[in-house]
Amino acid sequence: MVVFDKPKSLTDVPMHYCPGCTHGIVHRLVAEAIDELGIEGDTIGIAPVGCSVMAYDYFTCDMIEAAHGRAPAVATGVKRADPKKIVFTYQGDGDLASIGMAETVHAAARNENITIIFINNAIYGMTGGQMAPTTLPGQVTQTSPYGRDVKACGYPIKVCEMLSQLDGATYIQRVAVNNIKNIKDAKKAILKAFKNQVENKGFSLIEVVSSCPTNWGMTPKAALEWVESNMIPYYPLGVYKDTTAKEETK
Amino acid sequence: MSDKVLMKGNEAIAEAAICAGCRHYFGYPITPQTEVAAYMAKKMPKIGGTFLQAESEIAAINMVYGVSSTGHRVMTSSSSPGISLKSEGLSYLAGADLPALVVNVQRGGPGLGGIQPSQSDYFQATRGGGHGDYHMVVFAPASVQEMASLTVRGFEVADKYRVTSMILADGTMGQMMEPVDLSSLKSEYNPEKPWATTGTGKKREHNIVNSLYLKPEELEKTNFERYERYKKIEENETLYEEYLMDDAEICVAAFGIAARVSKNAINEARKEGIKVGLIRPITLWPFPKAPFEKAANKVKTFISVELSMGQMIEDVRLSTHDKANYMLCNRVGGMIPSPDEVLSAIRNAAKGGKN
Repeated sequence: MVVFDKPKSLTDVPMHYCPGCTHGIVHRLVAEAIDELGIEGDTIGIAPVGCSVMAYDYFTCDMIEAAHGRAPAVATGVKRADPKKIVFTYQGDGDLASIGMAETVHAAARNENITIIFINNAIYGMTGGQMAPTTLPGQVTQTSPYGRDVKACGYPIKVCEMLSQLDGATYIQRVAVNNIKNIKDAKKAILKAFKNQVENKGFSLIEVVSSCPTNWGMTPKAALEWVESNMIPYYPLGVYKDTTAKEETK
Repeated sequence: MSDKVLMKGNEAIAEAAICAGCRHYFGYPITPQTEVAAYMAKKMPKIGGTFLQAESEIAAINMVYGVSSTGHRVMTSSSSPGISLKSEGLSYLAGADLPALVVNVQRGGPGLGGIQPSQSDYFQATRGGGHGDYHMVVFAPASVQEMASLTVRGFEVADKYRVTSMILADGTMGQMMEPVDLSSLKSEYNPEKPWATTGTGKKREHNIVNSLYLKPEELEKTNFERYERYKKIEENETLYEEYLMDDAEICVAAFGIAARVSKNAINEARKEGIKVGLIRPITLWPFPKAPFEKAANKVKTFISVELSMGQMIEDVRLSTHDKANYMLCNRVGGMIPSPDEVLSAIRNAAKGGKN
């Protein structure tokens, strides 16, 4: 009896992620959602620029590699051209909340019927650990070597809080993948974000608070603890907006 | 009964795109190309197409990238400053071998410049405004009819070679009205696109639209392969018009509105007995090297008439191996040379003058 298997929507290509990185977990949750909804053959994924740039090799569905930050615009094009297809983007914090903020906000404002998986690990991973728009106050990175000084570089951007103010957005939730319970909650949220699209309900974004042991300079275990003690207090988990809930209670 | 209708150049582009089967348009407001977007905003919802005013030119070109990935015909239009913003996307389209049509109704620059006609984006269009080794096929219409016909051709060339086609017009071409024969505007060339990301349907391996190659030998291979296609484009898709070139000793080189002004001047000069003709490049890339090279056997002086500080003149010199005399007759900043100014330059050349 098989008790644990690889989701069908993941390829056999070995992932390049660092030991202890949570991208692998989130890739799996996305693939499980695609499998469970039976949409593999109709799904088009969009990879960002950043650590998950090569996500196009890991998912079995058709994939597009976008320019840095432009995935929501590319997704908009795909969805408008083929509205019956399921379109998701997978983006990091630099991609989505810094260079691609305009594309993110306007896709949400238009309530584009797409699904965005947003990995917030408070750092630019691919380029070797620079300050991200979500880097915590005081957090040391390569480009904030004395700790993020909010007087000089401003405060972190809380994406879910901000997007939930937009009339357009349908479903905005923040989850984490630092322990089993949170991973289970993340799974439910990601599944719902895809299901919303299948049911034409509109823009869904799931922020996944993640870890980056390599660039945080921590062991994988310590990094997960740091998520609990530092990240989650600043980025509280929960549903920030869900217009589908209203519909269901009507 | 003629099928001719009176249209603005910008509207002719929009209508021609629809005739060519384009059902997806993304743009951002900018003068002097506004009518393209306005026309699409009216028409697209009625024919089941997409009109979307994007949050920026950057977003618009990336929406184009998304649609093109799915294999549908798609376009965007803008004017000079907006094309600079789209240039990142143009490079990515080239890198991912995605077909698209991009319209630049040029205005004066640099910077915010002005809103009057210009041809000063010649280098940007023909050399590639974005990063990396790539070309677009660049069409330079000189009438409203050509705005329409070259738009249809642009879509077909883009699909055939998996490249971006650019219509490089200017504010005059965009704004002026002329009769257009719409009956000829259709596209029967619609190749299969097995590379498109349309969903695997679980019937094939996944398609990946991508411009990232971390192994240098692979990236080199894609560049070589792309340039093989560019070579075929140079062989098959170069367009130009020759006017009174048979006995010409002076050759005016001009495209778009500058070519129309030049024809008037050439007709006047011919009345004075000056043997002058015109070569009008219709594709700026690939540049029609052959007619210039041939002309250089007889022509003593080439006059490049441009709405720029002298950009195309470099291609004229390269094509003719720099062995003749070269003069630049130009106005910039939204100014257009008058026929008299061009005539003066021709007379000057006839007297053996140089500038």
